[in-house]
Amino acid sequence: MRDTSDTGRPQAIVTLQDVEKYYGEYHALRGISAEIRQGEFFSLLGPSGCGKTTLLRAIAGFEDISSGTIRLDGRDMEGVAPNRRPTNLVFQSYAIFPHLTVSQNVGFGLRKAKMSPEDKRRAVGEALEMVGLGDFGARAAHALSGGQRQRVALARALILKPRVLLLDEPLSALDKKMRQVMQVELIKLQREVGITFILVTHDQEEALVMSDRIAVMFEGGIAQLDDPETLYRRPASRRVAEFIGMMNFLPAQVTGTGPERIEAEVAGLGRVTLDAGQCPGEARPGAAAVGLRPESLTILFDSGVAHDREVRGTVAEVTYYGDMTYYDIALDGAPDTVSVSARNMPGRRVLERGETTALAWDPRALSLFC
Amino acid sequence: MKAGPLTLFALLYLLVLYAPIMLLPIFAFNDGTVIAFPLRGFTTEWFGLLLETPALHQATRNSLVIAVSVAVLATCLGLFAARAATRYRFPAKTGILAFIMLPLVLPEVIVAISLLVVLMQLGLDSGNWSIIAGHTLLCIPFSIAILQGSFSNMDQSLEEAAIDLGETPLSTFRLVTLPLVAPGIVASLLICFTISLDEFIIAFFLSGNAPTLPVYLWGQLRFPARLPMVMALGTILVVLSIALLVIAETFRRRGLRRAGLKDSGGFL
Ligand SMILES: Nc1ncnc2c1ncn2[C@@H]1O[C@H](COP(=O)(O)OP(=O)(O)OP(=O)(O)O)[C@@H](O)[C@H]1O
Ligand SMILES: [Mg+2]
Repeated sequence: MRDTSDTGRPQAIVTLQDVEKYYGEYHALRGISAEIRQGEFFSLLGPSGCGKTTLLRAIAGFEDISSGTIRLDGRDMEGVAPNRRPTNLVFQSYAIFPHLTVSQNVGFGLRKAKMSPEDKRRAVGEALEMVGLGDFGARAAHALSGGQRQRVALARALILKPRVLLLDEPLSALDKKMRQVMQVELIKLQREVGITFILVTHDQEEALVMSDRIAVMFEGGIAQLDDPETLYRRPASRRVAEFIGMMNFLPAQVTGTGPERIEAEVAGLGRVTLDAGQCPGEARPGAAAVGLRPESLTILFDSGVAHDREVRGTVAEVTYYGDMTYYDIALDGAPDTVSVSARNMPGRRVLERGETTALAWDPRALSLFC
Repeated sequence: MKAGPLTLFALLYLLVLYAPIMLLPIFAFNDGTVIAFPLRGFTTEWFGLLLETPALHQATRNSLVIAVSVAVLATCLGLFAARAATRYRFPAKTGILAFIMLPLVLPEVIVAISLLVVLMQLGLDSGNWSIIAGHTLLCIPFSIAILQGSFSNMDQSLEEAAIDLGETPLSTFRLVTLPLVAPGIVASLLICFTISLDEFIIAFFLSGNAPTLPVYLWGQLRFPARLPMVMALGTILVVLSIALLVIAETFRRRGLRRAGLKDSGGFL
């Protein structure tokens, strides 16, 4: 589905170069540079107020940028009105026209298209079919549920076959169950139509599930741009690590740095040798923090099997989720408790508060933040 | 339900409020020139007389020309002002809007006298157009109040969505904005029409020798013999006003329903 240039690398469809945006004094976008590739599912992820909507609206043409360039399909978008850009936007409120029927809504963008009325009707029918609303064409738009409105908004935008579809928190108005259903549908739909999707969300789980690549934004700037796995396993900063998933931090002292290896003394874990790649940025001797995910510590339920790297700890808190249990465990020698997850399996009991247990860990799972 | 003292009070209140108006149709159909009980008998003579009075026809024509012009003018200006008020941010916005809404609380006599003074100073003849100007000033606040409701009930991203789907700002206004505020526009037209049709003070000061309907009516009060005819005309005006207001309110509510919104206030 992806269209690749001669070099074999997917082509950039949206190119952002040093994009800056000021609202009066307020610096809303700071030096945004990124390439979004043809056919990918790209997410803008960040906390509320970090400028995601502003960036999306700038790409759509609803916000002028203060400096920098936005290129769509190689063409500079400076001064190009939103109705002339090869993008379509799915609004957070869906913006379904309440005075029109579902069909009229979906066909709205075809008004100026050089198509016969039959072709238009067929296109609308196909678009509705695609989002699973085949029988809803004659329905008044205001008589739809949240999920149905969302689908109408999608069909209405996709019928124009935009080069890029922009989605501003399209799932945030739905309840949890519906949201999960729509996540899967959106991924399927995106693969089916092969159109580049740029999704804005503040839900890290949603971004991880849906995206090919994610740009994490803080305060108007991109903090990291990577695929979900890299983002999760190798966060570029402590802040990103805290925002994506859950991460424990243990105080550490860097004792030796080399081009390939880093030596550190970690509270609770002792002396560790890390790969240089496990430390984003420059490692320098001195105080630092080591991050590890809850699943990177393994509780040794059947003690007896010896592990190279074992620590002992006391269970301080137990949170039972059904499939998983999360434990807060005070490691011997560490100042704070760490969160550890364990899959609940047949024959495996749930530890109780106050119990001590052995845990195994793997140095490859650690991240070092200097 | 048991009728408590409050119910009784409410009924009495309504009676006192509307009884005088109820006298209009009663005497309009009364076969006698004296406005007094007992009633004499039923007649439609007075309504017939209305048809045979050329001066009345002229006054009616004046009133209609003025009311229609005022409705259109005030609604157009109100449309612009309401859209600006709900969509844009600009310096001194609250001050400007308060200034436009001022005629709502300004004594009409003051407005009328000032207009007359200005006309005389400019050496211009008063006439229909000057009444239109005065009434428009008076009606704009009503138009804005109605249309502001229509605009603020409308999701702003609807207009952006239309532009995003390839429409120009102008065609967006036609295809999305106008249909969604249309009920408000109709309501505004009807209410401005009614206000202008019934307005007396400004018309009285500015009408010169071409009276509007209310001014003509007032003039006829000097002739006791014409009183029943005045009653008949008054009856027609009351019925017409109520009908127009009801239609206006119906349109306003239909607009809310169409946008899928709850009612919050209104004129009726
Ligand atoms: N028109 C505007 N004028 C002034 N400031 C604005 C304007 N629009 C947005 N901002 C500010 O710019 C910042 C970024 O806004 P934006 O809407 O892009 O945030 P967001 O990341 O989409 O947040 P959310 O997740 O809450 O939607 C916010 O602090 C906001 O207050
Ligand atoms: Mg936003």
